[in-house]
Amino acid sequence: MRTCLVVDDSSVIRKVARRILEGLDFQILEAEDGQKALEVCKRGLPDAILLDWNMPVMDGYEFLGNLRRMPGGDQPKVVFCTTENDVAHIARALHAGANEYIMKPFDKEIVTAKFQEVGLI
Amino acid sequence: MTPMDYEFLRKLLKERSGLDLSSDKQYLVESRLTPLARRVGLSGIAELVAKIKSGAEALTLEVVEAMTTNETFFFRDKIPFDHLRQTVLPELVQARANRRSLRIWCAASSTGQEPYSIAMCIKEFAPLAGWRVEIVATDLSQGVLEKSKAGIFSQFEVQRGLPIQMLVKYFTQTGELWQLNADIRAMVQHRQLNLLQDFSHLGTFDVIFCRNVLIYFDQDTKINIFDRLARVLEPDGVLALGAAESVVGISDAFRSCPERRGLYRPNVTRTARAGVTAMTLSALKAFAAAAAP
Repeated sequence: MRTCLVVDDSSVIRKVARRILEGLDFQILEAEDGQKALEVCKRGLPDAILLDWNMPVMDGYEFLGNLRRMPGGDQPKVVFCTTENDVAHIARALHAGANEYIMKPFDKEIVTAKFQEVGLI
Repeated sequence: MTPMDYEFLRKLLKERSGLDLSSDKQYLVESRLTPLARRVGLSGIAELVAKIKSGAEALTLEVVEAMTTNETFFFRDKIPFDHLRQTVLPELVQARANRRSLRIWCAASSTGQEPYSIAMCIKEFAPLAGWRVEIVATDLSQGVLEKSKAGIFSQFEVQRGLPIQMLVKYFTQTGELWQLNADIRAMVQHRQLNLLQDFSHLGTFDVIFCRNVLIYFDQDTKINIFDRLARVLEPDGVLALGAAESVVGISDAFRSCPERRGLYRPNVTRTARAGVTAMTLSALKAFAAAAAP
């Protein structure tokens, strides 16, 4: 079973994402900020990461930079999932190594389409 | 809704759009037409039917449009577009090297996601740079064609099937809306067209996308449309159907392409035979005309 790390400071969003992704046959790991997500990744890299942008301690953008510099850190497919919906943020995320980008609000169809797009399902 | 009103609407929709509603779809008609009736100041379906019977043509068109399913999204089903990029376009680039032009028809194009997905594929396909590529988008509904022409999509619409890199590359953001850039919009010509009526005036095409529309038609209508599609497709052209559609067991105007699910080629043997028949008939007519006193 593939693993997906859901990184978001909102427990509600993590719960919604978990329900959608478990329906897509992913085993879910959770982290509430970028720092905790990095710790999870150091223990073992997931196949996919659904990543919020604005979070306390370490935001999603900084986390992505750190992840991509880790040994093997280029492997997980990273899908941003954020309310930062302007084109400048999207371009910045892609430049930093994001594979896809979901603009909140989202639903199951969008998550499925984006995960298909990057070859995760 | 009375059974008589339902039968009247069923017959009307069949004649006007080919929509083949089974006898148990009253709920669908009610859910789509009751809001329309209220919007135009009528009490419900009964008054709507009475108005149509009195000859209200504009209202009849609205009814037909309201019953049309416009579900669509960018790069729907993905596979047909992979085929387009990986095999169809490379083959056509070789086959049309002298003419350096392509014609693609997107039948039942709805709000534009499909023809614009094709346009973006063409734009990304370097060997077609400098070629004249016409993409003709047709639909029964003028309303959806107007939306398609504008090329403006909601945040929800651009997230269904469109890779994020393409969103950034080909769209301009205005608040929560995204508009396709003018160069992509200019690649698509829009025309209103009912597939039940003659479409030979559109000319011939190298590729036809006719996806997720024939499923709503009955068997005879499908056979008729397949026959006419074969006549406007080049002998080495390709027809793309929806994931739930096929010609198998319906028409021999096309044959399926092995290992390319959803793609079909005109059945050249059959087309040639039809050509011989047509020639024989015209020869007979000429003979009869010459022999007439």
